[in-house]
Amino acid sequence: MLRKETNGEERRFDRDEEEDEEENDRGLDAWERTYADERSWESLQEDESGLLRPIDNKTLYHAQYRRRLRTATAARVQKGLIRYLYIVIDLSRAATETDYKPNRMVVVARQVEAFIREFFDQNPLSHIGLLTLKDGVSHCLTELGGSPESHIKALMGKLVCSGDASLQNGLDLVHSLLNQIPSYGHREVLILYSALSTCDPGDIMETIQKCKSSKIRCSVIGLSAELYICKYLCQETGGSYSVSLDESHLKELVLEHAPPPPAIAEFAIANLIKMGFPQRAAEGVISICSCHKEAKVGGGYTCPRCKARVCELPTECCICGLTLVSSPHLARSYHHLFPITPFDDVAPTVSSDPHKVPKNCFGCQQSLLAPGNLPGLSVACPKCKQHFCLDCDIYIHESLHNCPGCESFRHSKSQ
Amino acid sequence: MTPVASKIYTDDVSLLMVLIDTNPFFWNSINSTLSFSKFLSNVLAFLNSILLLNQLNQIVVIATGYNSCDYIFDSAASQNHNQRAENLLQKLEDFVHKDESLCRDDSVDGPGFSLLSGSLSMALCYIQKVFRSGPLHPRPRILCLHGSPDGPGQYVAIMNAIFSAQRSMVPIDSCIMGAQHSAFLQQASYITGGVYLKPQHLDGLFQYLSTVFATDLHSRSFLQLPKPVGVDFRASCFCHKNTIDMGYICSVCLSIFCKHHKKCSTCGSDFGQAQTQDSSTPDRKRKISVDK
Ligand SMILES: [Zn+2]
Ligand SMILES: [Zn+2]
Ligand SMILES: [Zn+2]
Ligand SMILES: [Zn+2]
Ligand SMILES: [Zn+2]
Ligand SMILES: [Zn+2]
Repeated sequence: MLRKETNGEERRFDRDEEEDEEENDRGLDAWERTYADERSWESLQEDESGLLRPIDNKTLYHAQYRRRLRTATAARVQKGLIRYLYIVIDLSRAATETDYKPNRMVVVARQVEAFIREFFDQNPLSHIGLLTLKDGVSHCLTELGGSPESHIKALMGKLVCSGDASLQNGLDLVHSLLNQIPSYGHREVLILYSALSTCDPGDIMETIQKCKSSKIRCSVIGLSAELYICKYLCQETGGSYSVSLDESHLKELVLEHAPPPPAIAEFAIANLIKMGFPQRAAEGVISICSCHKEAKVGGGYTCPRCKARVCELPTECCICGLTLVSSPHLARSYHHLFPITPFDDVAPTVSSDPHKVPKNCFGCQQSLLAPGNLPGLSVACPKCKQHFCLDCDIYIHESLHNCPGCESFRHSKSQ
Repeated sequence: MTPVASKIYTDDVSLLMVLIDTNPFFWNSINSTLSFSKFLSNVLAFLNSILLLNQLNQIVVIATGYNSCDYIFDSAASQNHNQRAENLLQKLEDFVHKDESLCRDDSVDGPGFSLLSGSLSMALCYIQKVFRSGPLHPRPRILCLHGSPDGPGQYVAIMNAIFSAQRSMVPIDSCIMGAQHSAFLQQASYITGGVYLKPQHLDGLFQYLSTVFATDLHSRSFLQLPKPVGVDFRASCFCHKNTIDMGYICSVCLSIFCKHHKKCSTCGSDFGQAQTQDSSTPDRKRKISVDK
């Protein structure tokens, strides 16, 4: 990672040196490179007696998670739940470099695919569109839409790299497309940038100001080295800028953009949107759908306003334009509204009163005693005072979003 | 008990998490053929038959009470196989007494709901522990034997549990003993790919349980199990808890309202300045297609 950053400073706008650099890379033998890539020495640690051991991942992982949780809850504000996001993928010559295996383009495509699925899982009412940068121009691969499969299919069919990348052309296109969305939507761009330069037709600073005044939040993930212009773009528009070190780091950085960002009041105007909640018809009913114009058996939903039949939710009714969702689509986002409080650490004290500290995790019944019947690490919910093991702590906050203890006691307010 | 590593878990070994509704107000309110003791004898026969189907099958029973939830039985932890039923019934009785003693308010009108969100959350935590135990483990599923009506206040928690079960690919089966359908469990079974069943004749409960819910997940694909008769996906508004098929959504927090409000009661956003975005969506489509 050091190599990349220092070289990046020098070769930022210099194409000739880039080729030298590539030759240097070839100087490494294949066997050397596998060791250099894997960094197997980083997963070892020394214990008290000087022996090498694999790193104790469990406590480390838990500490990392607690840190993440703390920053997330500290910064908890309203979230932008209705998002209109364009993903801009750099398919210039720089994307053919092989520092990511097999090359940057394939790795980026793989991460974008995972991101799209995760995005729609977390933001069911949001829309994504795909753009590519190559040959100095920007192409619109898919329009804003809510179906993950169509985006992934379009992306996988268009994986060819050539020419230079133009940040300005990309931003201009995004700007013209995002200007048309409703005012309650959050406008965002995520740029996956491989190149170390941008080849622009005019003044990019003007374009950046234009994006800023249109409230478009621009984020960039670089694959090679930090670029001033990208950093400036993200700072101006309120986005985040990061540079990835390797594939797993890239994955982490990309997925950071999946949860809804904090809503900035001036960025989107709060509004009431009229929506319909169609019922699912019983299996075995035959009717003609309005979206594919075909007769279909079973399933299907009926628009409550015009009674047209649609195949999938969420969608917009093709006849009357009403936004159709199912209540589970909305419910997927409710854990952002009602988050559970982080659990407190319980110090493993050798208590004289064995009845005071529960022996088992309230969630999974796992013993909370460390080997040798000593009290082990555990956490407790500040509200219901139940104790949980570390694994349940992570599961409860990252996936379940319910405290089993709080849910298992009748609250006085519900009576 | 044999150590876990020596067990060979094939794809037809099940871990069945049974959630039993013990809400006393519900069991007293139904004047049908099914009493709580009759229900229990049906369920005990069913649990025994599951354990007989495959010696590696595991059963965990969680009681869904009115004031609390607790683990009642775990077949992997019980040493004495001959006194299985006695142990279970003893624990259940203790639980019911404890649950009753927690009851502070006796001004309960109607059956009232039981704490399904709590027992579902506990079952999911237990299943995660099984997933962590190694690459080989029995295939888990959840069976809710439920009778109480849905508690509107539990909506968010139950939906959270459903989505987490869906992500871990754990089906939630439901067998409804009450008079009405449960919209929560209908959605739970539909979303997680489980079976939803409301038996017609409760005196034949054992037969329903053994024909529909006893088969392991692998063999299910060869059976014709009950299909959902439509699922109620309508939402209920936050302001009156009415079920509506058209409504207004706050663009900031996605709260549902049945009519236009000036201010969102959940997140406090003002809707004063802008008009309702209703007709704007088709406009956007048209604009884009002209641009191209
Ligand atoms: Zn269709
Ligand atoms: Zn319609
Ligand atoms: Zn636990
Ligand atoms: Zn709690
Ligand atoms: Zn209302
Ligand atoms: Zn709101």
